Amino acid sequence: MLRQAQHERIGGAFAVEAHDLVKDFGTTRAVDGISLAVPAGTIYGMLGPNGAGKTTTLRLLLGIIDPSSGSRRLLGNDRPLEAARQVGYLPEERGLYPAMQAREAIAFMGALRGLPLREGRRRADELLASHGLSDWGRKPIRTLSKGMAQTVQLLGTIIHRPRLLVLDEPFSGLDAINQAKLETLIRAEAKDGVTILFSTHVISHAERLCERIAIIAGGKLAFEGGVDEARDRLRPIVRLRTRSPDGPWRSALPASARFDGRQWEFELPLGGPEPVLKALIDGDAGIETLAIERPGLHDAFVAIAGDAAAEAMGELGGAQ
Amino acid sequence: MKHLIGSAFVIARRDFVATVFSKAFLFFLLGPLFPVMLGAVFGGIGAQVASEAEQPAVAVIASPADFSRIESARDRLADALDDSPVIRLVRFDREPDAAAQQRHLLESKSPAVLAVLTDALANPKLAGAVQSGGSTARQLKLIISGARAPQVEPGPEIAVTSLGRSSGSLVQERMLTARAGQFLLFFLTILLAGMLLSQLIEEKSNKVIEVLAAAVPIDAIFLGKLFAMLATSIVGIAVWSSAGAAAIAFFAKGGLATLPPPAVGWPAFFTLAVLYFAMNYLLLGSVFLSIGAQASTVREVQTLSMPVTMGQVVIFAVATLAIGAPDSPAGLAAAVFPLSSPLVMIARAAQLPGLWPHLLAIGWQLIWVVLILRLGSRLFRRSVLQSGPSRRWWRRSPKVAAKV
Repeated sequence: MLRQAQHERIGGAFAVEAHDLVKDFGTTRAVDGISLAVPAGTIYGMLGPNGAGKTTTLRLLLGIIDPSSGSRRLLGNDRPLEAARQVGYLPEERGLYPAMQAREAIAFMGALRGLPLREGRRRADELLASHGLSDWGRKPIRTLSKGMAQTVQLLGTIIHRPRLLVLDEPFSGLDAINQAKLETLIRAEAKDGVTILFSTHVISHAERLCERIAIIAGGKLAFEGGVDEARDRLRPIVRLRTRSPDGPWRSALPASARFDGRQWEFELPLGGPEPVLKALIDGDAGIETLAIERPGLHDAFVAIAGDAAAEAMGELGGAQ
Repeated sequence: MKHLIGSAFVIARRDFVATVFSKAFLFFLLGPLFPVMLGAVFGGIGAQVASEAEQPAVAVIASPADFSRIESARDRLADALDDSPVIRLVRFDREPDAAAQQRHLLESKSPAVLAVLTDALANPKLAGAVQSGGSTARQLKLIISGARAPQVEPGPEIAVTSLGRSSGSLVQERMLTARAGQFLLFFLTILLAGMLLSQLIEEKSNKVIEVLAAAVPIDAIFLGKLFAMLATSIVGIAVWSSAGAAAIAFFAKGGLATLPPPAVGWPAFFTLAVLYFAMNYLLLGSVFLSIGAQASTVREVQTLSMPVTMGQVVIFAVATLAIGAPDSPAGLAAAVFPLSSPLVMIARAAQLPGLWPHLLAIGWQLIWVVLILRLGSRLFRRSVLQSGPSRRWWRRSPKVAAKV
């Protein structure tokens, strides 16, 4: 069932809105004035190194905890828990009852969100079958592998067919195959009209999946907007290889241009490539290769969040 | 409210099923059998040891004739007191050195002598580890007085017409019912409500609390857990009381009808007992749940158990004030204090007729259950989940976190 139509009923065009959210834990300010808006029906990524405040922001948005100040709206509700039945949430620290059967665990999570238990069991059987876990449905969670248990929790998150999926570090702890499966599932849900908000410290996932992102560093929002907007914060990079490394055309290149022994590299000038090209042709530079490359999200992240945050992301898998 | 109740039901159903359909629950049901069995075994051994052990006696230095009169007086007293403990007497012949004999007797181990009585009928003197106004001396006074009478006439025959119960016996029996009801309520609650201390540990340790807190209000989690454990306890009590009733019917002639009747009658008393157990469980349980929710490890819960149990004992002591005087200021205060109210009111049901005070009390207790639960869930949100604005305005401004 396509759930796009449901979004029409949301008060505004945004599934999630936050205005100047602040959260203090004692004398520590974990979230410092974050404002963001997640358009309904999009895949929205929240990027930042571990400890940046992503999880706390998600918990604030979901109403698990209340902010010290600021406001938030979830699916048009000022009190997020009132929208809980239309929301699916996968916490960073996965939580399941070890003695519970897998299908019961999925049905229980559905029941928490208002799905009748009988219907929950029926859907749980279907979902387990579609994920190749039929044989494990009646086995206790403690007998499942970590990957299987994570899949069970994820199925419990979507069993009640939510309009908004909030996933906190959903790729963490998954192997490459399960990461790919999860990406497929996220795309399928999004295609079905579900708004997806997920946090990650792995930039490549956000780059592949998201339409919009928020970059959080040190509890503050460093950027919010489209992935292209983030990339557009940086000028495209020009890589130029000529027959000889120098000549009268050299003055047409920006002063910051660097020669690495093989080729020139510089940011595309604001006036565009034409003046440089003209100078190269007029100066008979002998162009061997000329490439204008758009910066990746990782470069944009470094530029926006700063080197320290980027380094933390890199250490934690940001370079993947 | 509908959402809250529905969510609480989902939590309660999960907890109830997880508890009742576990192997551990069978041991829980068999739990009361262990003290009964141990009681039977050790009671038998104790009785045997007691019967074999010699009780200390008063050594009476007297002639056989004098001792016979003293012993008869002692038996009459014992007969009137209906098996109540009356001192044991052992006769000894007088020896030439009275002081040496007395010393020798007081050091004797068989029989163990408590005191030595000399010149019993003419000029009685008692020496030993006794007080002049103590029980031994007072009993001996009566015995000697009876023994001095030249001839003991049998007492007059009293024509007794048994009328079942008089007002005096009824008051006494109802007090007994009140005590029994109150103790049973206290005992069951202390036995069962303690489980609530550790109810949130499972969710905290396996991180399910995050899933629950994102889906339902904390109030619903608390309410669900409380009612799940109440239902579990009621299953246990139903099993135990059925077994108990069967045992009473089997061992006591006349079965349950032999128990002293409460003032409100048995049907109302049973109904009120169930309601007051539920109220007592909910009241103390909500306090325990709130306290236990603050603990993050099993060790912390265990540390909290002792003061919590002591608290229950204090509440029970307060509630006992009402027995015999339910309308006294102390009785009324204990009935109004929410945590002792169910215990006091069950005693009242045994002693005084009238149902309207019970309706009032149950309403009052329910209000407090809701208040304590709300307070507990708020405390949990604020201190465990660290939710909400900081109210400590005097604190300096928070520093921005590098790490959360």
